[in-house]
Amino acid sequence: VCVRVCVRVCVCACVCVCACVCVCVCVCVCVCSSVPQPKDDFQEELVIRPLHSGDIYASFQFRTLWETDFMRGNKVSHYRLFPKSLGQVISKFSVRELHISFTQGYWRTMQWGQPFLPSPPGAELWVWFQDSVTDVDGTWKELTNVLSGIFCASLNFIDSTNTVQPSASFKPLGIGNVTDHRFLRYATLPREIVCTENLTPWKKLLPCGSKAGLAVLLKSEKLFHSSFHSQAVHIRPVCQDWQCKTTSWELRQTLNVVFDLHTPGQGKLEWSLFKMFSRTLTEACPLASSSKIYIDITDDPQGEQFEVSPATHLLSQAMVLGDRRTFSVYDLTQQITFGTVRSLNLLIRWKSRDMLRPLLHAERYVAGYGLQTGEIHTLMYNNHPYRSFPVLLLDSVPWYLRLYIHTLTVTSKGKDNKPSYIHYQPSKDRVRPHLLEMLVQLPPNSVTEVTVQFERALLKWTEYTPDPNHGFYVGSSVISSLVPSIVAMDTNSTREQPLFSSFFPCKEESSYFMRVYTEPLLVNLPTPDFSMPYNVICLTCTVVAVGYGSLYNLLTRSFQIEEPSPGLAKRIANIIRKMRGVPPL
Amino acid sequence: MLAIFAVQLTLAVLVTSVFACIQYRPLLFFSSGHTNNWAVLVCTSRFWFNYRHVANTLSVYRSVKRLGIPDSHIVLMLADDMACNHRNPKPATVFSHKNMELNVYGDDVEVDYRGYEVTVENFLRVLTGRLPPSTPRSKRLLSDDRSNILIYLTGHGGNGFLKFQDSEEISNVELADAFEQMWQKRRYNELLFIIDTCQGASMYERFYSPNLMALASSQVGEDSLSHQPDLAIGVHLMDRYTFYLLEFLEDIHPSSKANMNDLFKVCPKSQCVSTPGHRTDLFLRDPGSALITDFFGSVRKVEITMETINLTEPIQQTYSYVDQLPVSEIIHQKPKQKDWHPPDGFILGLWTLILLVFFKTYGMKHLKHIF
Repeated sequence: VCVRVCVRVCVCACVCVCACVCVCVCVCVCVCSSVPQPKDDFQEELVIRPLHSGDIYASFQFRTLWETDFMRGNKVSHYRLFPKSLGQVISKFSVRELHISFTQGYWRTMQWGQPFLPSPPGAELWVWFQDSVTDVDGTWKELTNVLSGIFCASLNFIDSTNTVQPSASFKPLGIGNVTDHRFLRYATLPREIVCTENLTPWKKLLPCGSKAGLAVLLKSEKLFHSSFHSQAVHIRPVCQDWQCKTTSWELRQTLNVVFDLHTPGQGKLEWSLFKMFSRTLTEACPLASSSKIYIDITDDPQGEQFEVSPATHLLSQAMVLGDRRTFSVYDLTQQITFGTVRSLNLLIRWKSRDMLRPLLHAERYVAGYGLQTGEIHTLMYNNHPYRSFPVLLLDSVPWYLRLYIHTLTVTSKGKDNKPSYIHYQPSKDRVRPHLLEMLVQLPPNSVTEVTVQFERALLKWTEYTPDPNHGFYVGSSVISSLVPSIVAMDTNSTREQPLFSSFFPCKEESSYFMRVYTEPLLVNLPTPDFSMPYNVICLTCTVVAVGYGSLYNLLTRSFQIEEPSPGLAKRIANIIRKMRGVPPL
Repeated sequence: MLAIFAVQLTLAVLVTSVFACIQYRPLLFFSSGHTNNWAVLVCTSRFWFNYRHVANTLSVYRSVKRLGIPDSHIVLMLADDMACNHRNPKPATVFSHKNMELNVYGDDVEVDYRGYEVTVENFLRVLTGRLPPSTPRSKRLLSDDRSNILIYLTGHGGNGFLKFQDSEEISNVELADAFEQMWQKRRYNELLFIIDTCQGASMYERFYSPNLMALASSQVGEDSLSHQPDLAIGVHLMDRYTFYLLEFLEDIHPSSKANMNDLFKVCPKSQCVSTPGHRTDLFLRDPGSALITDFFGSVRKVEITMETINLTEPIQQTYSYVDQLPVSEIIHQKPKQKDWHPPDGFILGLWTLILLVFFKTYGMKHLKHIF
């Protein structure tokens, strides 16, 4: 029998005294320590959304909130739920916000709708530094190297040739009043591969690892056999209350995956946790204060077209992506969720359903022919029937595609659409890429096309990758905008809401923030024939040897008249005559 | 009374011998070989049809992890990604045999250098330790003079070189010089070098630093062959030498007493088609006394004792690390006498040609000046 009397801010030490063999009496002694332990909190959640094409979208979010201060000379040494490796990175490099994502596949907005957390193919890293940092570029380089070691990715290839400083996009998502974009750095590596070696260290950052809770479902063989897989880490400071008197650090680890209908074999619109992840759930993470599964049943709350088993009576409504959606909730901290079999395997069955057309979506492609010039076309679709809204387009093009900005045209519905804000930073060969940021007003129900011509540069032969005929990647364009929403959004960010609806801060009620990424481009550069140095050396040496040798012989050889040599019989006779001492024939 | 005296005498002898043993223990402890293990595993080939080289490297990685070397002590370099390659019908897996029983990629893998980072320069920098200051710890080989290092290379090679990613090569001279740098900086205690490429024995011909042992899958002039293709995946899954090496290592457990002589017997010509070779002349110990787990595992010498060992008494001989190895003897070692072979056909043919041209040009009359 353990009797505990504790005061909340004090550290309690329990002393167990065994009075006899079968009875253990625990006596707790409360000792108030001089420094109160900062509060930390861990929540995990899984949202499952069936898509109209039969695929299923699962989004994991793990959030750790910690009321501590990494800045202002505070040396944090006692880590509990917050991973130590990331905490040390934040304090050493004076990071205010860090967002890193690794994605395999491309999010198909027209078939799947909008994701909860968008991400471009490959690796993307953007960081806001504190204003106390003096050398931002040097700190950025060190930070990318350290992160490449933590996540087992080639992030050390991020350097000045693919880093940009956006002036208007990528405003801080957490609190902070520093908006000097000199402290912002953004880079993408579209070629970066995501595999188990990136998932392994990501899983090790979670408090329960992959041993308990929702992370048990993260098995690489199923996760990478999907149409889309994205894992991300987001670190930012957030307000704890309405007046923002206390701030805490928030670490969100998110994993979005879309499973293809046809991959497992059968084409039925029926999915279960076991079919998706080859595992079932047996318990929540003991360190989590909340562990929930949400299933999106908005299109059919009565349950005619849609069936979820085991059934649950917990329902919740949330405002996400400009829409009010209804979810069935499974609370894993309640033992009753697991039932008598002590394991939870959700089964979802539905019939084909319609999808709301996404309000904003974008495409990008390269036009032209040959290996000298080309044209980049970016199309932005505004599917709202009567509202127009502005979007911020961010384009970062590598230096070896030389953009002709005088050919930049923006047209909507056949007419010229002049952007109200353009920020263009030209590239410098081998130093920095092009940066183009524009604020474009999209008219309702229209397609806006942005075109710009470019010329391909010749690289030095040592600058080519070992497989140059694959092509060179151009990172995705980023389109950020405040899209008008159908329902009134909730602007109170400190209210208790599910994690998936509280990622992007909501400042106004009538619109919500959305970010759309286009496809990356694959462009062929004029590639030399790498066997040419060998061929040239062989040819030159042959020509020199034959030519010089012949010339030398002609110049130095003297010609003498010689009598033709006699036949074989005569030679033998001459030898015999010589032996006899008789003059030869 | 005599019996009591005899018993007392034997007791005294026992106690002194036990006491002497305790005194010897610190000496034995400090004169043991290595205290930590490292592994550098490199796959140098790119493109999907070189799947087998990645499978080779991952099999050795798996064995080395299983026998105890942690990820922080393994530098794994894979030049291309086969597991999540879009051509792989089973994503996130790399198999070593077509029965698909063993997924050598596993669920807990940490690749330190991948893709374009696997270059000759990075490999030599890892070995010699000359890395830029911002390199993270997982990408460094932080070995000291008490480390046993296992280096495994696989890919496409030729006589005297190993190809990295189809764009550059490392020669056997460079490799030998890198090991000499490591020796001079005391970055290893003993080093085991295994190479699975065509003509692999040429890569260890030029070694000249002490305490190196080398194994290769084929001799000069021979090709290393792959084991078997898999029709579902479409490429060859593994090379023969590493396949039989993996089979051999699967039987090794951390307390195994198998030694290097067993390792030399892996994959004879009947199984491998090529002739595996090895080189032990630079290795100071007898290969029979070197255990497999000295290089592939991470076995620490732990002696549990109940007695207190008094270390305040001065140990007879001061054991400074550098002095324990007879460096002067090694440096001034005479080079091994190579057996004389008669000149082979090419040299003979060349000399015949030269002589023929000489006599044709200048005529037979000069013969008498020669003879």
